[in-house]
Amino acid sequence: MEEANRDIKEAYKIECINVSKSYNYGEKTEVKVLDKVNIKAKENEFVVVLGPGQSGKTTLFRLIAGFERPTAGEVYVNDKKVASPNPKIGFVFQKYMLFPWKTVIGNIEMGPKLMGISKKKRREIANYYIKLVGLEGFENYYPNQLSGGMKQRVGIARSYANNADILLLDEPFGQLDAQTRMFMEKEIMRMWNQEKKTVCFVTNNVDEAVFLADRIICLEGKLPGRVNKIYNVDIPRPREFTDIPFIKLREEIKNNMELIL
Amino acid sequence: MNGREQVKVKNLFWISFLSILILILVWQFIVSSGIVPSTMLDSPLSVIRLFFDKLTNVNPDGATLGAHVLASLQAILLGYLLALLIGIPLGLLMGWYAVIDGLVRPIFELVRPIPPVAWIPLAIFWFGIGMTGKVYIIFIGGLVPAVINAYTGVLMSNPVLIQMAKTYGASKWQIFKTICIPSALPMIFGALQVALAICWTCLVAAELLASDVGLGYLITMGRRLLLPKLVILGMLMLGVTGFIIGYIVDKIERHLVSGLRR
Repeated sequence: MEEANRDIKEAYKIECINVSKSYNYGEKTEVKVLDKVNIKAKENEFVVVLGPGQSGKTTLFRLIAGFERPTAGEVYVNDKKVASPNPKIGFVFQKYMLFPWKTVIGNIEMGPKLMGISKKKRREIANYYIKLVGLEGFENYYPNQLSGGMKQRVGIARSYANNADILLLDEPFGQLDAQTRMFMEKEIMRMWNQEKKTVCFVTNNVDEAVFLADRIICLEGKLPGRVNKIYNVDIPRPREFTDIPFIKLREEIKNNMELIL
Repeated sequence: MNGREQVKVKNLFWISFLSILILILVWQFIVSSGIVPSTMLDSPLSVIRLFFDKLTNVNPDGATLGAHVLASLQAILLGYLLALLIGIPLGLLMGWYAVIDGLVRPIFELVRPIPPVAWIPLAIFWFGIGMTGKVYIIFIGGLVPAVINAYTGVLMSNPVLIQMAKTYGASKWQIFKTICIPSALPMIFGALQVALAICWTCLVAAELLASDVGLGYLITMGRRLLLPKLVILGMLMLGVTGFIIGYIVDKIERHLVSGLRR
């Protein structure tokens, strides 16, 4: 039945249809985290999921990545129903999650290595993406020798190297200071322009959302997470934080978020 | 820094030196003045004299000091290395493979609360008095911390990293090799000193009861022959040898850890 509801006129990379997710803690306590969430992302689209803490954003990503199954509803990636962790999806975590005993290049090579790609080939791949994310010269550094921004570059390069065609970034810049954050926002735009992918990006920062997104999906401020409003952002790139349309949209979203909080 | 008064390093050396010196002088005084009878304690001078004598003399216990030290070293090295070589892989596998955990865990939990020293009588039945029995007791003693630390180390691997490796299509064995073992290494290094301390205790206990050579045996002979200086010499040699082995293991551990961090 859900199958019939799908919009087959347009191809989507990611499609969440009426997705709900509940967790059971003990016998009776059921926490509903997501409630009938609908999200679509087209190929090479930059979709930002905007919502304050505790609005089910990370859970949504875990469902898309196939780490968990929804309680109700369907998740499709590349027109296939998600049933297990998908190597086509690259996950970038807020808390970096690099392999601490591997160097920068070792971390980036990990995916290709586990997928059985030859040593020469995977070195080639790793070097290419090290260049893309701007980490030349740091190939042999260990994660604990890198700054937060650089760690996140490794995380992004690792997802690219894995030949993912969808990137899920879960508050990737949440732990960075304001200046590094702004710089990294420009950097991720540069990388995405250079090497287009379908990107889903979670943030709680309105400026970040307006700066990056083709489309902003606003979640409600409390559990269970519901889609509150969707904004299509057609401000031409590169965007400036001081552009009039930029400020207008930002104010609109901020006002709306105050309402839902 | 703590609030303690800081003493210059040079002064600290002399203070420590003085403390040892006073101890020896007091010891010498209470023995040579006759406060303590020589059946209870021998003077430091006679212990030093015995030390030089025992370097070449096999009497009264049947072996030179060098032979005793060598016998003890041999036993501890064999037992300790065997415990690590078997315990660490076993713990790692138990941590990652539920089937192996299910098979080994009950037996392990049964053996774990039994102090290794309690095995000595059985070891004498099985292996007689000698090297094999000693090595067995030391092995049992070192096995427990080796297994537990390796096991806990695997359980401490970051589940997100494991999940990520799964999305890359890694097999269970690949995840074990590339994520669980490196994650467990700090815990395994932690086990080296713990296991060594237990093995060292086990060695002495085994030599006291089931041996015909070794530093523990030297102490027992001292007791039987009513020679306190022989006992003290054995104890001091155990202290020195134990310190040196501990120092070497510590150096190795540091080397491995820094190799890990680089």
